[in-house]
Amino acid sequence: MNAAPLLRVENLTVRFPGARNWFGRAMSEVHAVNNVDLVVLPGESLGIVGESGCGKSTLVQAVIGLIAPTSGRIVVEGHDFAAISGRQKTEIRQKMQIVFQDPQSSLDPRLPVWRLITEPLHIRGGMSTAALRVRARELAVSVGLRVEHLDRLAHEFSGGQRQRIAIARALSTDPELLILDEPTSALDVSVQAQIINLLLKLQRELGLSYLFISHDVSLIRHFCDRVAVMYLGQIVETGASAAVFDHPAHPYTKTLLASVPSLQNSLQEVDASLTGELPNNRRLPTGCYYRDRCLISSAECEKPQDLATVAAIKPNFEISREARISDHKVRCILA
Amino acid sequence: MTTINPEKRTHTALAMPRSRLHFLWYLTRRSPLTIIGFLIILLVIIMVIGAPFIAPYDPNKVMLSSRLLPPSSIHWFGTDEVGRDLFSRVVYGSRASCGAAFMIVFISMSAGVFLGCLSGVVGGVFDSAMMRTMDVVLALPALVLAMALAAALGPSLFNSMLAVAIVRIPAYVRLSRGQTLSLRERIFVKASRTFGASNLYILRWHLLPNALSPLIVQATLDLGGIVLIAAALSFIGLGAQPPTAEWGALVSSGRSFILDQWWYGTFPGLAILVTAMGCNLLGDGIRDMLDPRLGPNE
Amino acid sequence: MTDTAMKPHALSIENLSLEFPTYGGAVKALDGVTIQVGNAEIVGLVGESGCGKSVSTMAATRLLPEGRYRITQGSIRLFGRDPTVMSDEELQQVRGKLVSTIFQEPMNALNPTIRIGKQLVGVIRRHEAISRRAAETVASNILSDMLIPQPSRIMQAYPFELSGGMRQRVLIAMAFSCNPGLIIADEPTTALDVTVQAAILRLIQGRARRTGTSVVFISHNIAVVSQICDRLYIMYAGRIVESGPTRAVLDTPQHPYTRALLRCLPERVQPKAQLESIPGTVPNLIDPPAGCFYRPRCQEADERCYAKPQSTTLAGGQAVACWQRLKSQTPVSSEA
Repeated sequence: MNAAPLLRVENLTVRFPGARNWFGRAMSEVHAVNNVDLVVLPGESLGIVGESGCGKSTLVQAVIGLIAPTSGRIVVEGHDFAAISGRQKTEIRQKMQIVFQDPQSSLDPRLPVWRLITEPLHIRGGMSTAALRVRARELAVSVGLRVEHLDRLAHEFSGGQRQRIAIARALSTDPELLILDEPTSALDVSVQAQIINLLLKLQRELGLSYLFISHDVSLIRHFCDRVAVMYLGQIVETGASAAVFDHPAHPYTKTLLASVPSLQNSLQEVDASLTGELPNNRRLPTGCYYRDRCLISSAECEKPQDLATVAAIKPNFEISREARISDHKVRCILA
Repeated sequence: MTTINPEKRTHTALAMPRSRLHFLWYLTRRSPLTIIGFLIILLVIIMVIGAPFIAPYDPNKVMLSSRLLPPSSIHWFGTDEVGRDLFSRVVYGSRASCGAAFMIVFISMSAGVFLGCLSGVVGGVFDSAMMRTMDVVLALPALVLAMALAAALGPSLFNSMLAVAIVRIPAYVRLSRGQTLSLRERIFVKASRTFGASNLYILRWHLLPNALSPLIVQATLDLGGIVLIAAALSFIGLGAQPPTAEWGALVSSGRSFILDQWWYGTFPGLAILVTAMGCNLLGDGIRDMLDPRLGPNE
Repeated sequence: MTDTAMKPHALSIENLSLEFPTYGGAVKALDGVTIQVGNAEIVGLVGESGCGKSVSTMAATRLLPEGRYRITQGSIRLFGRDPTVMSDEELQQVRGKLVSTIFQEPMNALNPTIRIGKQLVGVIRRHEAISRRAAETVASNILSDMLIPQPSRIMQAYPFELSGGMRQRVLIAMAFSCNPGLIIADEPTTALDVTVQAAILRLIQGRARRTGTSVVFISHNIAVVSQICDRLYIMYAGRIVESGPTRAVLDTPQHPYTRALLRCLPERVQPKAQLESIPGTVPNLIDPPAGCFYRPRCQEADERCYAKPQSTTLAGGQAVACWQRLKSQTPVSSEA
């Protein structure tokens, strides 16, 4: 707990211009990410779970530098990502790599595998082709690819193998943090299991940290130490995976968990909140964002909600020991 | 992957194509016209390179004793009004005609692709300015510009080539810009950006290689049209100047003999027709082959 | 019993083999597939991508591209009629009145330039001779059945104005609107969020149960299928490897592939524990392995598996195509 965080996201907000008027001026704004705070410690996995449109992909793109944040800071190993530039920025960038959802489109169809794997090194420069190939061999072995396939093109591989290529590429610069943006949602379950096993093995061997984005609750629960649940660009609940999933405090988390199809239990009764729609993120609701779909909302929900420790809100609430010791926080005064 | 497209599914089941050559054969068997186009272009290329070996006579050698002879075993395509062998002139004419066409396509394609990719990558005001400039160029008719240049710089094959090349640039700019814009949003380009790649790096390693195949199709299809335009320029006297053998110029001078010496204008005309047709057939064929829906991969 | 004997099955696919001729050779997409869907029954087809689950239902409704496939053996009956010999008009009739299909991507199935209400009314009036007014009422009722708030507002909207979940509900409403006897739902919730998915699964199940409609539910996600289906068919590489009542298949999976599929899921293991995965890859369907297609990846395989296993019915209606199961138990013996 005391280790210095690898990645710290402070009060991050991302807004996009919405519809424009005749003069090209934005008439409205899309509030994609609203005041998100995150910390990833060395060696841990933080999961971000939420449904489409909750802003988790935008969050990732802002963290990796594909989108400029509207406000807030992204601090990698103590360096503010926006404040540094040049050589130092390149170096910091290499500490943090990303694996995208769809391995079909995240690999250039015209480059051979060894070249794909070593792309970040090739961009950094200063390595001969021979040295790159040697590195490609090492990386291919570490992710379970056959070295004799290094001269093939990406389309000759199955989805699972392509995702291995993408993982090898992300590992090429010896990063400390991997951002996994739905890394298995385009794969079949048996292949998903292979990839998840590989990622867990790499974490044990290399001490990697993961920022794992997914809509799959059971996968996050299996994979992550801590989890943050996002709704409409906001974190509504965060804490240790076991605490959040076994004792969800926020009504949205409860709904989400109840909707996950499970082999054990069959369908539950239709619940009106499930059929509601995500509010428009062009005009943010005042007060609690979840209020309109919430079954237990009351007058107090008109006020903006803050993330607060579950233990602080409900000192006498029956919560497990792990929930109490972890920083299980929730953005709901009624929780 | 799961629904509507059974063909696509079968391609993933198809582990490896037997060989590239075999696949080419499979595709050409499905469209014999592509083979014909390919053979024509091959023949033209052989003609351009091997003209001195193929042509039985010096194309510019005047033999006043054998003026305007009809086709025979000695002069396959007959002779012209000063007794030059027409077959030799048509063979040598391929150098001027096709060489000019190749040059035009090469110049307009390289300039167009460079400007188009740059425009797509840089974007913003540069992009807008570029596209508006191209709209202006697009509005110029090739022949009119060629005439203007000829008037300003004197009629020559080079000047008319330049005119046609300039007019063809916008097609390539638009195509490569469109390619760049769509490729730029592909995830592998975004991934490259997260690794810290510069615009130039992305252009060199990701955009150009991936944008190339539709451009090659465009170039091949263009070639046919440009052979025609180059010939037309020479026909109206703006291109190759006599005594250079050039198909358009040959047709032009054969025009006055068309009633009595039909072979004079006909054979060079046929050469133009066949070459242009060959380019179009081959271009269509290549386009079908590069279509990812037919490919061995994807 | 006599009633079911009289009335033909909603869908009956008998020993169907189908292939797609391609450059590399014929892809044997289906090999001896038998699927029975009784009346008012909800049946799930489960398997990984390329296993033939969509192809089998598309063959039954003749939605595969004409001339691009060959049926090499077997038969298909839709409500007792053979779709392969139907004329185009008959097929039109059958597709609208008897069978409806819900696809994965709802945007492709709706006309983007016509208001939802008009599209619904059009579908209803094509199959029922009623006035526009009456059809509008029917449409509105179905939409509210789908738990769509303010159906009148949705009917005035264009498809792009709706969210993915809402569009999928409209499509389901459309599928149910002419009271078909059979609905084929091809991954209808794959593109949707879990909370929406849960609602839509309930809608399909509830409406099917009320109207006695048969449903074929196709999905790669065994957990989703298990939520609403009475029976399951597990497909692998163009063959049915196991079938039976949902609970029986999930609780006592017989085929090694089914077992592996269930053990791959992170749901049943300790966090961070090694997940079971299936070694190797799906066979090439142009040149499939001899005998059982799962043999190269199966840990229990032996010499017998080089011959094609026949499907054997066990007690409790479960059927499995695996030599190992034949050894361990005699067919139709009792096993809990």
